[in-house]
Amino acid sequence: MNEIITPVLNLLNRMGEMALFLFEGFRQTWHSRRLPGKVLRQVYVIGAKSMFVILLIGLFTGLVLGLQAFYAMSMFGAQGMLGSLLALTLIREMAPVLTAIMIAARAGSAMTAEIGVMRISDQIDALEVMDINPVGYLVTPRLLSSLVAFPLLTSIFTVVGIFGGYLSACVLLGLNEGRYFSGIESSVTLDDVQGCCLKAAVFAVIVITVCCFQGYNAHRRSDGKGAEAVGNATTSAVVMSCVLILMADYVLTSFLL
Amino acid sequence: MSAAKNTVIGVFVVIGLLCLAYLTIKLGRMEVLGDNGYTVTARFSSVAGLRTGASVEIAGVSIGRVSAIRLDTSDYTAHVDLRINEGVPLSEDVMASVKTSGLIGDKYIAITPGGSETLLEPGSLITDTEPALDLEALIGKVVFGGV
Repeated sequence: MNEIITPVLNLLNRMGEMALFLFEGFRQTWHSRRLPGKVLRQVYVIGAKSMFVILLIGLFTGLVLGLQAFYAMSMFGAQGMLGSLLALTLIREMAPVLTAIMIAARAGSAMTAEIGVMRISDQIDALEVMDINPVGYLVTPRLLSSLVAFPLLTSIFTVVGIFGGYLSACVLLGLNEGRYFSGIESSVTLDDVQGCCLKAAVFAVIVITVCCFQGYNAHRRSDGKGAEAVGNATTSAVVMSCVLILMADYVLTSFLL
Repeated sequence: MSAAKNTVIGVFVVIGLLCLAYLTIKLGRMEVLGDNGYTVTARFSSVAGLRTGASVEIAGVSIGRVSAIRLDTSDYTAHVDLRINEGVPLSEDVMASVKTSGLIGDKYIAITPGGSETLLEPGSLITDTEPALDLEALIGKVVFGGV
């Protein structure tokens, strides 16, 4: 019986700890010193440095969506709906999810490794000794900056994706561009854009919490010590972020639709 | 932090905000400078398939959109609020009908202009309406006779 109960209890324990970690991260907003500078630095690390990769995958997502949708819809002669299909797919699903997964892989893994190394080399204990709250110092700026960076990157992704769809469907395959853009404008509503930003913000909180939490607790892992623990923490941070993003996406979508 | 980094952050934030603005204002049709227009209500026996945000057209030209759809429980008719752009006066004897763009396209409201000199006041009710065409019933009639 114990073999079942102990892992479940451990899991619940972990979830509770993570929730408290997130709460503490937000609470430290009011106690952290020189926060704006740190937030700006993290906007640079999470947002500006991810911009190129987001532009690239946004463009190719749009290109391939345009291609696929064009062939699927020409079976019914409904190419006129391509613009609205592509824009709604991008705004409601692809942009928030792919952006979040991409940032989890790019900035999230670096975050876990950085905080994990700080943990195993006792730098976090040193912060505590200096009476600096480590959560306020490490997590709060990342949380706040991600709330800015994720929605912005997601909207960049969407716009570039719509442009990519234009390239493949209109320029390469010869769809009328007026039909493409009027389809987009007639079907996208403000609710879709708001939902997109809401999703991006929720994913931001998920990615940052999971990645920081894994790095912060790298010394407590049972599957390794020292450098190995940091490597394992980075792996599980990225995997867990991706899984949680997709799970949260389902829940959010069912609320937003 | 170095000046170059600040520039990169600035570029990122500006591009991001521009994209967000494009999405909300151009695609989401957010009214930035206040919404100049007036609302009239139309009473339909059925608006099946119509949804808020659908366009309101005269002669195929969009002159506004559907801002709300609700049920009047006193006689179980659908009351549809139409937000009409400023500068488009409607006479009091206009007729509103629920139309479909194409065979399977979106529903929209088509307004047939009237001839009256009196203009429709903001907030007034259009009672001369035509409900959504029930395609299934129509096909049924053709198939099983009765036309």
